[in-house]
Formats: sequence, structure tokens, C-alpha cells
Amino acid sequence: MTGMNMSVLEARKGQVYEKGDGPFKLKCNLDSVPGAVSQRACVFCGSRVVLYPITDALHLVHGPIGCAIYTWDIRGALSSDRELHRLSFSTDLQERDVIFGGEKKLEAALLELIERYEPEAAFVYSTCIVGIIGDDIEAVCRQVSEKTGIQCIPVQSEGFKGSKRAGYQAACNALFRLVGQGDTSGISPHSINILGDFNLAGEIWIIQDYYRRMGIEVVATITGDGRVADIQRAHGARLNVVQCSGATLDLAKMMKERYGIPYIRVSYFGVDDMAEALYKVADHFQDESIKKRTNALVREELDAIYPEIVRFRQALKGKRAAIYVGGAFKAFSLIKAFRLLGMKVVLVGSQTGTKEDYEELEAITDPGTIIVDDSNPLELSEFLKEKRVDIFVGGVKERPIAYKLGIGFCDHNHERKEALEGFIGMYNFAKEVYSTVMSPVWHFVPRKAV
Amino acid sequence: MLNMTPKEIHKRKGLKINPAKTCQPIGAMYASLGIHNCLPHSHGSQGCCAYHRSHLTRHYKEPIMAATSSFTEGAAVFGGGANLRQALKTMFSVYKPDVVAVHTTCLSETIGDDLPTLIKKAADDGIIPKGKTVIHANTPSYVGSHVTGFANMTAAMVKYLAEKNGHSGKLVSVIPGYVEPSDMREIKRILNLMGVRHVLFPDTSDVLDAGQKGKFTMYPRGGVKVEELKSTGSSELTLALGKFASETGAQMLEQKCDVPFQVLDLPIGISATDRFIEALIDITGASPPETLIEERGRAVDIMTDMLQYFHGKKVAIFGDPDQVLSLTEFAVNLGMKPVHVLTGTPGKLFERKAKKIIGQAAESPNVKSSGDLFLLHQWIKNEPVDLLIGNTYGKYIARAEDIPFVRFGFPILDRIGHSYFPTVGYRGAIRLLEKMLDAIMDRQDRDAPDFRFELVM
Ligand code: SF4
Ligand code: SF4
Repeated sequence: MTGMNMSVLEARKGQVYEKGDGPFKLKCNLDSVPGAVSQRACVFCGSRVVLYPITDALHLVHGPIGCAIYTWDIRGALSSDRELHRLSFSTDLQERDVIFGGEKKLEAALLELIERYEPEAAFVYSTCIVGIIGDDIEAVCRQVSEKTGIQCIPVQSEGFKGSKRAGYQAACNALFRLVGQGDTSGISPHSINILGDFNLAGEIWIIQDYYRRMGIEVVATITGDGRVADIQRAHGARLNVVQCSGATLDLAKMMKERYGIPYIRVSYFGVDDMAEALYKVADHFQDESIKKRTNALVREELDAIYPEIVRFRQALKGKRAAIYVGGAFKAFSLIKAFRLLGMKVVLVGSQTGTKEDYEELEAITDPGTIIVDDSNPLELSEFLKEKRVDIFVGGVKERPIAYKLGIGFCDHNHERKEALEGFIGMYNFAKEVYSTVMSPVWHFVPRKAV
Repeated sequence: MLNMTPKEIHKRKGLKINPAKTCQPIGAMYASLGIHNCLPHSHGSQGCCAYHRSHLTRHYKEPIMAATSSFTEGAAVFGGGANLRQALKTMFSVYKPDVVAVHTTCLSETIGDDLPTLIKKAADDGIIPKGKTVIHANTPSYVGSHVTGFANMTAAMVKYLAEKNGHSGKLVSVIPGYVEPSDMREIKRILNLMGVRHVLFPDTSDVLDAGQKGKFTMYPRGGVKVEELKSTGSSELTLALGKFASETGAQMLEQKCDVPFQVLDLPIGISATDRFIEALIDITGASPPETLIEERGRAVDIMTDMLQYFHGKKVAIFGDPDQVLSLTEFAVNLGMKPVHVLTGTPGKLFERKAKKIIGQAAESPNVKSSGDLFLLHQWIKNEPVDLLIGNTYGKYIARAEDIPFVRFGFPILDRIGHSYFPTVGYRGAIRLLEKMLDAIMDRQDRDAPDFRFELVM
């Protein structure tokens, strides 16, 4: 394997694979090596990411101040009316609380917040320290629910109990408590829930609009621009359409088991996957008029962006891309999107991919592509250099690394500012890739160190 | 509607809304980055470390390197000793730092990991290679704030490394406070201008404001060196700039090596910078060079030229205690009325000092430590201000109340400049003046009806 030796931690060898380099084997779902500069986050982070976009719920972080600060309005999960989710509420645990317990404080905080903001429901997140001092947040939530009539839902998200993925599960458990409480009368037989979209940069509005034009009712958006009342009646929908990373896949599974609602997995990134998502949904309902409208919609949207895409493609052809994202599912769509732009993906990795994810990645990538699980900056930067990458797609911690190397960057994570989903999202993506790769600023970067 | 703060203030029990502080470890991580070739290490679970790195990245727009002990449930039950040993092995073999600076998190604190013993054992067992250094600070977030974490890590540097060798050579130790890389650079420049032989620690200049070189390095070239930290034990005096961020380190140096110390206010604004320069004059006995005198002259010149734009204006200032105190004094110097002054960091001393500084400049001002931005917003609703100065989180209040806003302090997540242009010293004062004037005068322009809209101001 070319040059890989220097940067891969001995213990990480199994988590890196170069396609064509022997039979495919990749270890994943492992705990990070202690001492690694891991790009991974915690359970709490996973839960917070999933539940945060519910805009009319209260989100109270039970723990010391930091956990609340670092999740205060950092994701652009847009709301069409209430903005309650964008405030930061913390019980700010102090030393005496650590010794005597924080339950009283939590109860007082909840009561006060519910009175002040009249939320539709309250999520109480437990953090590492709460798991250690043993506060019974379930009991506190029960008491406050009884007192106020507002449902308080504990989210068991102690950070040390696993990776971000475990946090998704905890969030799904919390969401599942809401589902089934609402009145489902009047819901169309052609109805769906959108799962796993967080309305970053207003993306869910684009997708909702497509479904509306197809003649399909969207019951609940989970959780982007989410509303408690919608989620409570989500069991009235006939299909769950689960997008991407699998953050909400567990919820779909639970809903299938309890309510018999089938689910499909889709991606809204890139034109192929976007169109396929809509076709899949249309097929599910076996309704000719929906199918007709879907075909027309896809054609119309494609016609609108195609000439532009061709233009970008001419400029970007042959450029090399690297992808490092949270969940691997998103990487599939990105690979296809880069192909559409005539670009080559030479490195792909994720923080929390599963075995199936990586097998699929291996199948769709070109020979020579490096596949990594739970990488670190040193390793990533070595690969970026080695593979002479022109653009790196990642999250907040990766951005400055790319820039230091003199490489373009696109945030496909929660700090993206442009909608990247939908057909228009493909145009936005192409434009963003173009502007970062073709920017004249790279001419001023000292000759890249070989 | 983002504006969800009611005007009426009632007592809250144990609840922070829109906090004005963050947790100790991020301050410790920042301080550690100010050591040459140092890898900060977060002894706890992954999440904290990821959050701290992301947050610092957003503020500095630089790669932030730090490792974590990656606690899992096993560590939470049996303690994190094994994780730390594994972590040290990994770090020294893969990332090859000269120094590893370990800080705890809420989790490892609550479990009660005994770091000195763990580190000593690791050293005895040869896990720490020869010539390499491991230091640690306890940084539980349920005590203090990020400023406390910075102070504790600074103290750890001298606790582990300072050595007394008896040959002072007129060396002065300077702890710059929890300030920007640009500020640390400026403080060094002033010390050099004044001819003071010094060790400044921590020093994040050339670490977190490193230039584009077409390559990524784990350890940019800046940072205080271990040798320099050792030499602090023989310095003749420590200057601690800012009581909250720097006194702990100075005390530690006195305790360990009998180095006397002097606590000064952060040299932000004219008066505090004057006192800083006077302290340096006391040390060297030499008068300040022409360059500095001219810089002061230019700052004062702007203050006099533009006094009518400042005079009588009400201002609200929030942020970290040392910064807020000095800036409040500067506002008073300018004839402004600091009517609301708040920090999220605990410490009644802050309130006493702030009141004293404000004196008669404002009638019954609101002053609070351990406050949050919800409270500040309520204050402002009850008594509006002409200018708001504080970190990025102030933008919600500025927008809701339509107040001119100057970004100052930590964190700044939505603008650049702070890591490049200092706010300390006379040159820093000039920058502050410019920023404040821009905000005030842009507002005047925006609000002026046509007939009052002026070309010359
Ligand atoms: S647990 Fe403590 S150290 Fe970790 S982010 Fe929360 S407050 Fe900070
Ligand atoms: S304390 Fe736990 S929950 Fe909070 S950020 Fe750290 S790992 Fe996550």
C-alpha cells in the first residue's frame, strides 16, 4: 500500500482499506483507540442532533454548562415559526449538585421553563455526569409531566455510553414516546412521514414541496422543522421515508413493529438518488396519477438544472475528491454526485459507518480508493496529500485542515449554508464545489509540499 | 421569533438560559495549545473533546489538535487509568508531541481518577518516553468556568516544570491571561520594546494564528518551550495579567519557587495599559521608548477627536471577567455610562471591582457575576443601551433590541480579526476605538433622516 504506513496507527490498520489491496475487510463499530485525535462525538451529541430541530419543544440539557453551550444553535435547522429550539437551557450543575444530586434543580428548571415558554413537550437530555451521580431523570420527568400536563421525555444520552450512533437510538426512543398520541383522522391514504432530515438550510421545505406536487400528504417531518403535534400523529401515515445516515432508522423500525407502517430508505442528495427517492415513494402507492405527476416533476426539475450542471462539469472534469462524513450512507450519494460532475472520489470515510455501509462503499468505488473508518487529522492529511485531492468534503473540524493543505472544502455537515438536497441542491452543490475548487485564492498558496 | 425574553425579572432557581460562560476543559485545552509541540489531552469521553475542538475551530478557524481518553462504560465503572495509559502510548508513538497536557472532564472528575498517581506510574513503567513531558490539571466544569480551566492549566505548567536555579538574570515571567494569539504577540512586543527579558506563558501566537504554508502540521512553530517554562522558577517576578485567568499560575510559582508576583489588570484600554507600562518601568528603571509614547499619543488623540460620539452613551459589556473589567474602565475613561456589566464566571470579587470602576459614571448600574445572557437581555429591556460589547452570543440581543454591537471576547464564531489584531496595549485601544466608533456612527448614519444625514462626521 502506497505511503500509508507512516500515518496509520498500528491499532487502526484494520480500519483502513485501499480498494484493490487484497480482499475487502474493514473493521468498524469499534471504540476509538484512546489517545487518538478522533473526529468522533458522543451519545449526547447524537441525540441532540436528532431532536434539536423540533422547534416547539423545550430542550433542557441536564449537566454541567459545557454540554449545553457547545450545542447552542450551532446547526442551521430552520423553523417556519417557533424558534424555541435555538435557545440554550442548562441546569449548570455545580459541585454541591454533584455531591447531593441534581434532581431538585432539574425539577425546578423544568417547571419554570414550561411555565415561561409553554412548549408542546420537553426533552431532558442526560449527560455523562448525570449517569454517574445517578439522577433519576425518568422520575423527575414523570412528576413534572403530571404537574404541568406537558409531556417531559427523558433522553438517556450519557456521553460515555457509546458513540453518536447510540445517541440516535436514544433519540428514537424518545421520539417513539410521542408517536401514537395524536388523532389520525383525515389523513390521506397517500401519506408519508419524512424521517432523517433536519431542515438544514431549509432542505426539508424543498422535499416537502416535491411530495406536495406529487399529491402526497406529509404528516410529520422528523425532525426538521418538526412539531410535537405532527409527530404525535405520525402513526397515521402510510409510509415512512427514511433518509440517509440512519439516524432515525430505529424509529422507523419501531413504528413498523408497533403500527405496521412500512419504511423505505432514500437519499435526497444528487439527481439520481433524488429521483429514485421520489419514484420509490410513487411506486409504493401504486397510483397512476401520482406516478404521472412524479415523472413530470423529475423531468421539469432536471431540465431546469441540467445545462448548468454540464457547464460545471466541463470545468471540474477529472478533479479529485475526498469525503469524510459522520454517517456512511451520505457518502454513497456524494460519490454519485461527484461522478455526475466528472470527478473522481479517491478517499471516502466516516465516523460511524456500519459493516454493510462499508461493503457497499467498497462495491461502488473505483480501484485505488481509500476507505477509512473513524479517522484522525494526521491520517486524513496524509491521504489528502498522497491522493492529490482537489476538494475535501467534511465537517467543522476538517475544514481548516483542508485549507492548510491548500485544498478546496465543502461542508456537507450541519454547518452547510446552502441547501444540498433536491435537484436544486445538486445545482447548489456543483456551484459550491466549483467555487471552492476553481477559486483564484489557491494560486497564492505556497507550492504544495510534495 | 428569536426574541423570547420577557422584560420582568424574577428569581430563577438553578437554571441558566443562554449562558455567558463555558466549561473548564476548553480553557485548559486553549492554554495547552500555548506550549510548544504540545498535544492537549482530554481525559474523559469523546464527546467533550470533539466539542471543545469544534468550538475552538470555529473561533480561530485553525485546526485544533487534541486527543481523548475515549471513555466507555468500562472506564466509567473501573476508572480511566487503563485508558490513560493506552492514550499516552498512542500519543507518543503516533503524534510524537514533546509535551502532553492532560486535563480532566466532568466525568473523570466525578469518577475520581487520581491523575498524579496515574501519570507517575506511567512514567515509572516507561510509557512516557525519555525526554518527554506529561503535565495535568484538574478541570471539573461544575466549578468555575473556561477561565478557571485556563488558570488551572497555566498553574500546572509551573507546578510540573518550573525549577529554581538561583540565577535570575533579570527574567520576568508574564502570564498574559485568556487572550487572543494577537494579544499575546502584542504583549511580547511591548515587553521587548520596554527591554524586559521575559518568558510569556502560555503563548498561542504562531500556533492559532499560523499562516498558510501549503501543508498541515500537528504542531505549528509557536508556543512556550519546556526549557522556558523551567526557567520561570528562577525569574525575579511574575506579572499576572488579569486576576481571574492568571493569578493561580503566579501563586503556584510563588509557592513552588518563591517567585513574588504582581497581579495587574489586563492591559485593555488606556488606564490599564498605563499601569502595565508603569509596572514595567518599575522593573527595568528605564523610561519607555519613543515608539510606545507615540502609540499612546495616537490612541489619546482619537479619544479626544471623537469624544462627542462617546460621551454620555450607555453601554452594556459582558464576557470574561478580566476583559470586562478593563473594558469597563476604558468605557468610563471615554465618558460612557456602563449601565450593565456581566460575566458568566462566578466570583463576587468581579462585582465589587466593577462597581468600584464604574463609580459615579452610571447611576445604580447592574453588575453580576455568574450571570447569563437571558438576564442581560432583561436588563437591557428595562434600561436600553446605545452600544453592546461582548462575544458572538450577544448578536441575539443586539438584533432583538436593535442595538449597535461590537464583538469582543471569547468566543467569536461569526467574524474574523480577533486572532490577528490585538485589543491589548495602546494599539489595541486604537482598534477598540475604531470598532466602537464604526458601530456607533454607522447607526447614526442609518437612523438619520435625510436632512440630518451628514457627510462629514
Ligand atoms: S461534560 Fe463537562 S467537560 Fe464535557 S462538555 Fe460537558 S461541561 Fe464540558
Ligand atoms: S460530558 Fe458526556 S455528554 Fe457531555 S459532551 Fe462530554 S461526552 Fe458528551
